[in-house]
Amino acid sequence: MEGLLPDLEVVRKDFPILGRTTADGLPLVYLDSANTSQKPQVVIDAMVDHLERHNANVARAMHLLGAEATEAFEGGRDKVAAFIGAPERDEVIFTKNASEALNLVAQTLGLEGAHRVGPGDVVVTTEMEHHSNIVPWQMLTQRTGAELRWFTFDEAGQLDLSQVDELITERTKVVTFTWVSNMLGTVNPVAELTRRAHEVGAIVVVDASQAAPQLPIDLAAMPVEERPDVVVFTGHKVVGPTGIGVLWGRRSLLEELPPFLGGGEMIETVTMERSTYAGLPHKFEAGTPPIVEAVGLGAAVDYLAGLGMEAVHAHEQAITAYALEGLGTVPGLRVLGPLDATQRGGAISFELAGVHPHDVAQVLDVRGIAVRAGHHCARPAHAKFGVQSSTRMSSYVYTTPGEIDALVEALHYTRDYFKVG
Amino acid sequence: MSAELDALYQEIILDHYKNPHHKGLRGDPSADGTVEVHHVNPTCGDEVTLRVHLEEADGVLRVQDVSYDAVGCSISQASTSVMTDLVIGKPVEEAMGVHEVFLTLMQGKGSVEPDEEVLEDGIAFAGVAKFPARVKCALLGWMAWKDATSQSMTTTAQGGDDD
Repeated sequence: MEGLLPDLEVVRKDFPILGRTTADGLPLVYLDSANTSQKPQVVIDAMVDHLERHNANVARAMHLLGAEATEAFEGGRDKVAAFIGAPERDEVIFTKNASEALNLVAQTLGLEGAHRVGPGDVVVTTEMEHHSNIVPWQMLTQRTGAELRWFTFDEAGQLDLSQVDELITERTKVVTFTWVSNMLGTVNPVAELTRRAHEVGAIVVVDASQAAPQLPIDLAAMPVEERPDVVVFTGHKVVGPTGIGVLWGRRSLLEELPPFLGGGEMIETVTMERSTYAGLPHKFEAGTPPIVEAVGLGAAVDYLAGLGMEAVHAHEQAITAYALEGLGTVPGLRVLGPLDATQRGGAISFELAGVHPHDVAQVLDVRGIAVRAGHHCARPAHAKFGVQSSTRMSSYVYTTPGEIDALVEALHYTRDYFKVG
Repeated sequence: MSAELDALYQEIILDHYKNPHHKGLRGDPSADGTVEVHHVNPTCGDEVTLRVHLEEADGVLRVQDVSYDAVGCSISQASTSVMTDLVIGKPVEEAMGVHEVFLTLMQGKGSVEPDEEVLEDGIAFAGVAKFPARVKCALLGWMAWKDATSQSMTTTAQGGDDD
């Protein structure tokens, strides 16, 4: 099959978990990578080595281990900056996860700065967001008296861009959207939306949680008018560990925003009356940061860079096309989202007539196939299709066509088991 | 493989799923002392809107009716259906006792022997207890019923104080 990673079997060997079996001795078919990705040995080893040999707190311990730990932690930042082509490495802020990164922006935008959101201002999001890119903006607009508006999407899972003029106006302060939808798989037009938002002086916040794992991202190469002001993603979906997220922000914006959390590490000087704050990136990293997680994330993005993000993207597209074709053979199955693999990401949500997603996932699980069932933290998007939940398969660099065959065969079996059709 | 599934999806469960008992909302929650609750399973989005109508006769408070509207998986739908069969018509105290027995079965991780005398069709859910992710599904309707019933009793008690 064209487009697959050339050394797929070697890649699979990099992920020790893929070698395990279920209680019944069945091979594991892991199709839940949009939820969290599996970890290659090199990430696990980097973290273990750090804890075994270099562990200390960072940026304050004046000893050998302190220096090594700081170097390893900041090395993680350098690798992440390179992975997304950040114009400056100090624009990369480590957070707990993507949700915290989005909350950091949404909270501080309500406080001060030239882009402060206040009464009468408009924040624009979309109906296809993960809850983490809806709720923080609801909280911001409710607190400040601003108005939250959103793009809707059509039957094919594409944003209704005819709403651009109506939504992005002089009143619009923030436009935020997901690069790749975690439920529909839709790839949104980042350049076009960003340019329109910038024309009215709005800042653009992009949730790249699903994009960073599968698309090559080079922020520095984007024309400045089409480059978002903030891009966030999470470590655990790019074969890194949980507990660490990334916020990249344009320096001038980050400097204008007030600190999010106060504490150690984010200060310059402290008196009992007041404090002055550290510069970027530490201004937004109060307290001891996720040190070993940053080391693991650095190893993770290096691993992906080693495969080549163009090759990763091609693999995802090949597997997604094959999966869409296979799913199409299952009677009563409806894919929620775009049907053209070249126009979408690797998460495919679907409903199977007559069988609830929970029951689908249960039957698949008994056969060793892991998928996600539920609303995938995107309830509004499900409501749009008139369904309350769906089943989602999501592939990654280690997914084989054979695993897709196993899924499709199991879905036929599921229909038989529940005697539908 | 199929045996494991069959332990979960008993015929009784699939029957209740396809033909749920007492489904549909009855009574007017704003008018006649019927209490309505809405419960969701936030992890999967399963939802139930459930109404309970209690009535007192000869000093005994009984479950006069339980009606509901729900979306969810086979386990949650069947469990709610079985629950209505078990509690409608029973004195509240006895119905609460059945709820306790079902809860114990569900939380027993498969080690509790179900009592058919008390649980009737509910014994079919014994297998669910071995699937931790599904226990919440089986309890959704039961928890909604308990909540609505408790609220109704509080309202009744307060109404009594006012008289």
